[in-house]
This record gives sequence, C-alpha cells and structure tokens, in this order.
Amino acid sequence: MITIVFYILSAITLGTAFLTILSKNPIHSAIYLVLCFFSIAGHYLMFNAQFLAIVHIIVYSGAIMILMLFTIMLMNLNKEDERHKPILSRIAAVVSFCLVAFVLLATFIKAQPALREYKVSGQDYQSIQVLGKVLLNDYMVPFEFASVLLLVSMIGAVLLSKKEHINS
Amino acid sequence: MDQAIIIEKGIFIVAIFAITMLFAMYETLAERKIAAWLQDRIGPNRAGPGGILQPLADGLKLFSKEEFFPATQNRFLFICGPAISMITALMTSAVIPWGSSLNIMGRDVVLQATDINIGILYVFGVLSIGVYGIMIGGWASNNKFSLMGAMRAASQMISYEVAMGLSIIALTMMTQSLSLSDIAAGQHGWRWNVLYQPVGFLIFLVCSFAETNRTPFDLAECEAELIGGYHTEYSSMKMGFYLFAEYASMFISSTVLAVLYFGAYNYPGMDWVKDNAGANIASILGIGVLFIKICFFIFFYMWIRWTVPRFRYDQLMKLGWKMLIPLAIANIVVTGILILFFDNNLHL
Amino acid sequence: MSIQNISLSGKKIEVSNKKMTFLESLYLVAIAKGLVITIKHLFTRKVTIKYPEETRELSPVYRGQHMLMRDDEGRERCTACGLCALSCPAEAITMKAEERKPEEKHLYREEKYASIYEINMLRCIFCGLCEEACPKQAIYLTKSRVMVKSNTDREEFIYGKEKLVMPLDMAIRNTQMQTAN
Repeated sequence: MITIVFYILSAITLGTAFLTILSKNPIHSAIYLVLCFFSIAGHYLMFNAQFLAIVHIIVYSGAIMILMLFTIMLMNLNKEDERHKPILSRIAAVVSFCLVAFVLLATFIKAQPALREYKVSGQDYQSIQVLGKVLLNDYMVPFEFASVLLLVSMIGAVLLSKKEHINS
Repeated sequence: MDQAIIIEKGIFIVAIFAITMLFAMYETLAERKIAAWLQDRIGPNRAGPGGILQPLADGLKLFSKEEFFPATQNRFLFICGPAISMITALMTSAVIPWGSSLNIMGRDVVLQATDINIGILYVFGVLSIGVYGIMIGGWASNNKFSLMGAMRAASQMISYEVAMGLSIIALTMMTQSLSLSDIAAGQHGWRWNVLYQPVGFLIFLVCSFAETNRTPFDLAECEAELIGGYHTEYSSMKMGFYLFAEYASMFISSTVLAVLYFGAYNYPGMDWVKDNAGANIASILGIGVLFIKICFFIFFYMWIRWTVPRFRYDQLMKLGWKMLIPLAIANIVVTGILILFFDNNLHL
Repeated sequence: MSIQNISLSGKKIEVSNKKMTFLESLYLVAIAKGLVITIKHLFTRKVTIKYPEETRELSPVYRGQHMLMRDDEGRERCTACGLCALSCPAEAITMKAEERKPEEKHLYREEKYASIYEINMLRCIFCGLCEEACPKQAIYLTKSRVMVKSNTDREEFIYGKEKLVMPLDMAIRNTQMQTAN
C-alpha cells in the first residue's frame, strides 16, 4: 500500500518537475512547480513529518510560489518578447549545468549508505515541542544564523526599494 | 473496531459537509436579509414563507444560466479556479473540534474529523493555498480586470497572512499546543482565550476579514473599479462556486474564530450541567453553544459589511504592514513577558 | 473664479488633510461608532410596502386618468371651447368642434360639442391644468390607480372619446344617488 503511494507520488513529483522545465508558458511551469511542491509535502507526510509537510506547504506553495506567480503574471511574458540568447551564453549554461550535475553526482556517490535499521529513540519527532527543543538546544547556532540571514535579506530589500530616496 | 471507526468518521465527515453546505446556502439568504434590515427594508420574502426557499431559487437560476467561456487557451485552468476555491473552503473543517466527545452505545465518539497535533498550521496551510483559486481563475479569464482582481487578492492575502500568523503565535505561547482540540479543551468554562488575548483576537479578526475577501477588504472583486474582479468572466455554476466558496469560507473562519478565541464548545456552568444532566447532554449543549457563536460571527461579518466602506488599496497595505504587524509583534512580546512574570501559572 | 473656489451647494468647507493619530488610524473607534448606528437600524420600522398585499395610500391630490363628465341628465358637458388644449403644457389634447343638431339635445348640454376629443397619453404629464382651465367642469382627472394601460402600439395611446367619456351607466348611478340624497 505505502509502496504504491510512494511510486505514485514520485511519479507526480518527477513528472511535474520535468513539466516545469519543459512547458513554454511561464505560468504553466509555475503551476507545475506548485504541484511538485505539493507532492513533496506528500513525501514528508509519508515520513510522518506532519509539521514539515504543513510548513513546506505554507512557505513554498502558500507564500513563495504565490509571489512568483504574482510577478510572472504582472510581467506579461510573451513568446514575442523572448530575446534570442547568444551562442556563447548557451554554451556557458550547458557547461555550468554539467559541473553542478557532476558535483551533485559525486556527493550522492560519496554519501553514506542508506540506513537499513532505524534507531528508536522513543521521542516523537513530529511533535513540535520536541522539534523546538532540538532546534534551540542542539542546533542553536545554525538556527540563529538563519534568522540573521533572513533579517539581512529583509533589510536589503527595504534598502533596495528606498534607493532613490537615499541618493537625493 | 477498525471498521466501526471508519463508519463513524465517514458519517461524521458527511454530516460536516452537509452542515457546511447548508450554512453556506442560508448565509446567502441571511446576507440579503441582514442587508435589507440594516437598510430599513424587508429583503427577499417571496420564495416560500419568509423567503426560506430563496437559496434554492438562486441555485436553480445559476444552474440554468448559459455556460460561458472566454477566448482563452487555458480552459482547464479556467475551470480549476472555482474548483480550487471550493475545495480549500471545505478542507479546513477537517480539524475543527465541533464538541467534546459523545457517548453513543458505549463508544466514545470524538466530534472531530481528525485530531492532528498541528491543527492551526493545517488551517493556515489550507488558507494559504486558497488564494490559488482566485489567482488562477483571474489569470485564465484572459481579462485585464480579472487579472488585476487576482493580483489584489494575492497581495492582500499574503500581507494579512503574516499578521494573522503573528497573532496566532501569541495565542499558542499561552496554550502551549497547536492542536485545535487541546486549545478548545483548554478554554474550559469561562476561560476563553479572548479574555487573555484581546489584542490578538482583534488582529486575527481583521485578518480573517481580509482572508475571506469580505468588505471592507473586498478589493479583489470591487464592482466600481474592476467590474467584479476575478469572477468577471465567470457565469453559471462556476460563478456560483466562487460565491458559494466565499460563504463556505466565511462559515469556516467564523468557526475558527469561535474555536480559537471564543471558547469553542465551552460555556459557563458546563460542569454543573455535566454533573446534573449527564455528559451527553452537556456535550450536545456544547455543540449548540458553538453553533450559536458561529452564527454570531457570521452575523458580525455581515454587520461589518453593511457598515464599513471598502478600503483604498494603499490604506489596506498600510493597515496590514504598518499597523497590524507591529501590533502583533508587540503583542507577542507582551505575552512573553507576562508568561515569564506569572511563571507559567497563567491559566494552564 | 477658479474651480477650487466654486461651491455649488454653498456649503463648501476646506478639505483638511489632518494627520491621524495612531489610535485613529486603526479605525477602531470609527468602526465601532458605525456599528452602533447600523445596529439601531436593525430594529427600526421597515418602510417597505409589500405591494400586491398592501398598497400605498393615495395622496389627496392624486391625479389619475382623465374623464369627460356628463351632467345629471346624462349629457356630455364639454363644449369644445379648446381652453384645455390651450392650457395643456404638453400639448396632448386635440379636439374638433361641431354644432349640435336639434335631435341631439339629449346627448350634449351645450350648443357646440366636441365630435373628436383626443388625449395623447404618451405626452400627458397628468398636471391637471386642463381640469383647472375647463369652464364647464367637463374634464376631470379621476382617482383611478391605473393611469395608462400598457400597450405595444403607439396609436393605442391616443385616447379618443370612447375611452374618455364617462360611461352612461355610471352617470345614471350618479344621478340616482344624487336624487336619493
């Protein structure tokens, strides 16, 4: 049962991910990406990680992708407006993609083998209380760094939108 | 036993669905009636005694209208729009605790479709994908006014979701749980959250007005500037679905308000009833109390609609970002200080 | 005089761009005041008249369809003097006069009568000036609820004598009632 669900979900994830890249219409690819995010949330649910699944939906589908759709709809992208890219930049894109793919492959091959047996710690990691304790005890520093990063990007956004005002 | 639970939940889900639909149906009538009363009129009173069959007449009218498609290649997305709106409006009711448990034939029947321990986040997740219905519908209409309505809806919803989430954080700091059933149970008797979180309640109320696209925040569909906004191009039952989804989500958000801040199914003197009349009577009374609260909030929505005019777009954004969000953050800080001060003995 | 200084209502007040305080900019007080006003209206008497069941009371000066009256012997009063047509601001009335023959004495009161008397109901504004102008008290605007019956043909709206003159049986009834009194 679970295996069948997993295969269906994976098929949806991969299919929509490919369609995101392949579809000509930017709005359509954005919608395919939303569907992809939903299927990934489904994968999280299969790990019994409810919190992660819901937060993934709220953050990615509910906020980021809506902003993305928002900008795409406002930009009014048409086929006529699409500029022809020079050959050189195409080659550069292909090369950089190959390099990224190489790095990814290397890390996956070098990665630790999949655990065959799961340790039972007795803790309910889908409970947010446990999650909060882990985040603020064991992973305190990265957590705070993430918040500082978000703060910096927020200040940066405000600064960008106020640029003319500062110069004058 | 397993099968019994499936049957029990099945019956329960169908019942909730039916109640939501019934409420949405009669909200359309109630809206017109209340609008009329507040304007010294009588309102629809021809279909059936006192206009009781008016929603059926409206539905019949919508069904018999011509199905119209604009000149667009996105027929599928065009149909998807109202469908997504409707689905998201109905999905939230899965985590609402409609009452404490009932004892039927020796079995404890929990009056909640599913008790996940992140209930509030689930409500938020569904809420945040609700805007897709409007955005996709507005874009697929291939109409500039619809697109503008969709844009407005999206920006408004994103802006107000932030303040809403922040007001909820202050609440969860006090309740120590994200599960709606825990929050409901924690407000036993008179200890309703609104008494401890008045500012948070106010922010949540304003934001839920914005999230359901009701006046004074109905910029997505304002007739004066956008000739109807995102549903300009819709007709027949697809249009009906959009309107119906708005009323269904109004019912659900009234329920969420009642559960989170107005004590859900709790009422003063419930222990006395439980001791004197039995647990089942107390529980059924609790369901009744919850529905009274829901009806009050629905009335409040309509009352506001016929009182306050629509905000201008810049006023809307200013209210969201410059008033509600700082207020919500201040509320979180004050709540945190108070919890520290009273050393977790607040009421938990 | 520039457009800024013109005040058609005579009540122009300077627009004040007053800065709102924080409390005011939350709109809460204003909204609460508004809510109180609207909830008061919930309990006021409704002004709607449920039409087919209830009807509005007619005003004492109500003016409905025209009628050319008969006197107590059943003779038409109109003498086709044309004063009604002259006074009509909408120029709705036309008539053609004719001399009364001796054998028609029981039909017309005066020696001259209107052989054709037409009112164009599409032009008539029911002002009642014809009624005031008439020296013979021949034309009256009745209290009929129906002013003009709907129709699809414009010609049908030109009411001739067959529609305007008081029916004979009505005149007979009036005379009977008068003698009874």
